[in-house]
Amino acid sequence: MSDTSWHLAAAALDILAVDPAALGGAVLRMRASPDRDRVLAAFQPALPLRKLPINISDDQLLGGVDLGATLAAGKIVRSTGFFATPCVAVLPMAERCAPALAAKLCQMSDKGLTRGILALDEGIEADEAVPDCLSDGVAFHIAPEGRMPRDWPKRPAVDAGQPVAADEAIAQLTLLAARFGIGSLRAPLLAWQTAQAHATLQGRADVYSGDIELAAALVYPHRATQVPDADAPAEEAPAPDEQTQQDAGERDSQAALPDTEMLIDAVAALLPPGLLQTLGQTRSTRAAKGSGAGKLRKSNRRGRPLPSRPGRLGGDARIDLIATLRAAAPWQPLRRKQQPDRAGLLIRPSDIRTKRYAQHSDRLLIFSVDASGSAAMARLGEAKGAIELLLAEAYASRDHVALISFRGTQAETLLPPTRSLVQTKRRLSALPGGGGTPLAAGLQSAMTLAAQSAGQGMTPTIIVLTDGRANIALDGSAHRATAAEDAKTVARAIRAQGTEALVIDMSNRPQPALQDLGRTLDGGYIALPRADAHRMTDAVTAALAG
Amino acid sequence: MKQPFPFSAIVGQDDMKTAMILTAVDPGIGGVLVFGDRGTGKSTAVRALAALLPAIEVVKGCPINAATRSDCPDWAKLETDTVEERPTPVIDLPLGVTEDRVVGALDIERALTRGEKAFEPGLLARANRGYLYIDEVNLLEDHIVDLLLDVAQSGENVVEREGLSIRHAARFVLVGSGNPEEGELRPQLLDRFGLSVEVRSPQDVAERIEVIRRRDAYERKPDTFVKRYAKEDAKVSAAIVDARGRIGTVVAGNAILGDCAELCLALGSDGLRGELTLLRAARALAAYEGAKRVTRKHLRRIAPLALSHRLRRDPLDEAGSSTRVNRTVETVLA
Repeated sequence: MSDTSWHLAAAALDILAVDPAALGGAVLRMRASPDRDRVLAAFQPALPLRKLPINISDDQLLGGVDLGATLAAGKIVRSTGFFATPCVAVLPMAERCAPALAAKLCQMSDKGLTRGILALDEGIEADEAVPDCLSDGVAFHIAPEGRMPRDWPKRPAVDAGQPVAADEAIAQLTLLAARFGIGSLRAPLLAWQTAQAHATLQGRADVYSGDIELAAALVYPHRATQVPDADAPAEEAPAPDEQTQQDAGERDSQAALPDTEMLIDAVAALLPPGLLQTLGQTRSTRAAKGSGAGKLRKSNRRGRPLPSRPGRLGGDARIDLIATLRAAAPWQPLRRKQQPDRAGLLIRPSDIRTKRYAQHSDRLLIFSVDASGSAAMARLGEAKGAIELLLAEAYASRDHVALISFRGTQAETLLPPTRSLVQTKRRLSALPGGGGTPLAAGLQSAMTLAAQSAGQGMTPTIIVLTDGRANIALDGSAHRATAAEDAKTVARAIRAQGTEALVIDMSNRPQPALQDLGRTLDGGYIALPRADAHRMTDAVTAALAG
Repeated sequence: MKQPFPFSAIVGQDDMKTAMILTAVDPGIGGVLVFGDRGTGKSTAVRALAALLPAIEVVKGCPINAATRSDCPDWAKLETDTVEERPTPVIDLPLGVTEDRVVGALDIERALTRGEKAFEPGLLARANRGYLYIDEVNLLEDHIVDLLLDVAQSGENVVEREGLSIRHAARFVLVGSGNPEEGELRPQLLDRFGLSVEVRSPQDVAERIEVIRRRDAYERKPDTFVKRYAKEDAKVSAAIVDARGRIGTVVAGNAILGDCAELCLALGSDGLRGELTLLRAARALAAYEGAKRVTRKHLRRIAPLALSHRLRRDPLDEAGSSTRVNRTVETVLA
């Protein structure tokens, strides 16, 4: 198996070298090592390789004003973009590539401006990977396993098979992609181009069945989201029957095609391990991974540049060159008159502009408090005390606080996000208890509030205090099972939204249902059997820090 | 650069194509948002649309594509009154674009070489009377989104920076595309789009095969392929021009207005923009189809496009908002 993956890697690189522009490129997922150096050395496209650093600026990537040359020449000099000179771009540390850069690269690739991208992915964990849009746009995902075999770079033995008409081949590949649950239509297109490139590599003008088999094995496995059900191929894919009927006259060439079943076996053997376990979660993990962009946005107050302002250099101030030049530009003729003998730009200290960023990302603690009868009986008072202590701490770190209570049949936002300690305390002490436990409604209100505040650049954290006996469903009906189910659904939505959450169990005995809820939220769970407010505060502080 | 993929060669995706044609018929509808999986032809459709749009008349050299000399801003310092034909601008707003590029800024070239204070128009100026296309709109930086929201609403770009104080018209059709898995859009921005479309990869294998076949043919011989669909494209283009001329005469009776209001009430969409867009888009569709009156058939077709992104999100309804709209349409217009 591991040798096969190495052989396929060799084949992928050879095929990519034939036509990197049409195939988009490849993701090479390997740690930096002598093995990887050998793999890279084996990649020999006609165009030169050029490194594209992941922190490349837009000016360098797309072309813009070349400041150095502009100042030297005294007139505007524009630099050409990265892809102006034809080259295959090598993207090192691609797993750290920002979605914005990946999106730009994909756009350029779609417009036919790039000549292929080789992304070097050094990720270790599964969620450390090249941005989705980039890995979707390139043909291959090369991730050889184990040690490099001695005979590398030997290509896999491919039985050329029979020639296949183009239309047939496209139909086969598309069908196969559909059966592996590959939604993107780029995949079959790339596979078809791979098959053609492999035929070219073999010195043939026509595509043979062996080419198709290899192309499917190279392009599909890492994109697959489902394993085709071998027992029921007919109902899943009605088209092949139609196809055979339509092309009844061409039955000879049909017979020459590699059987779809065989193709499926070839690809299925290469499916990444653990696919089956992750299948059910594909959606949710992906949604959670959306926090890659989300987190960035959450802390966006940090990166948001403010207009630069006049200032002095020194310390940690960074000069905003463009703004400085802009400030100096209008004065040049005047200053030139005063100092005709000095060459170059005449910049005075008063022209210096420094960069400023808004650095702080405000945290928002959303308390969703169970004020139902059962909780009130237990220890609503304690919970109030704990929140008050937390408020003091929140005040110290200038966090925002919001308060939601749920009881009876619905949740109520007692206090929208605020920093006012006094107001919060007042509302909290007036918090009445009694009624049912609409846990789902409480979670939903917290989620809505979290989404709103995240949009305003805050980093929300939801803290749910409850005794866990949810008995009111979202629609207000008193039905225990529905209520629990609703709570779970909302919890999943919160998780998908990427909001941090913490469940504090304030019942007398730890509730397994709440532990479950904590897991569903992908957040912490703290049981507080008979604790005082101080212990609870410590627990929350520790959980938030960790 | 290659010729774009022809609009009429796009297989399926009728909702997306209809929505784009409608914005071409009546730019006042206010843009299209296309949300969907990767590799479903979102960007392809937008770029193809550019080739379909009829040319506009523009004062020669005008930076904001104004039709008459009096509409041209003073700072452009135009010398001529000559009017020329230009293709409708379709401007790409790339991700990571700076504020300067979007709204315009001090012209560094003139400032450095001649010491003059001059305004260099940005992308908003170039998009005036045309389309502004944002790919991956959900990944756009917040401060750029804020800017766009304001301009898209007021139709005017106000620049107050670096000692410049300039305003110019910036009326454009906003077209955004993105993949919802990578991030959500703020409701304020969602609301600025008139129509929204959810695209999915075709579920029918035969259709998928046709997509790949056409794409392959296009990759091999772009010129021949474009020529093959030129006639179809010209037909759509002519129909758009035709519909533009007729849209003023299309009648929308009181009954239809009532239906619009009832639909929006039943769906609980915020504000009145839902009704207005629904009506405008339905009228544009009627004009495009050559009908004299707006009928319930048009409303049925338009309602999911015009309303699905204006609903409050319900995390428990996994069916998707367009299904919800369709359900309501069935009950209200039953």
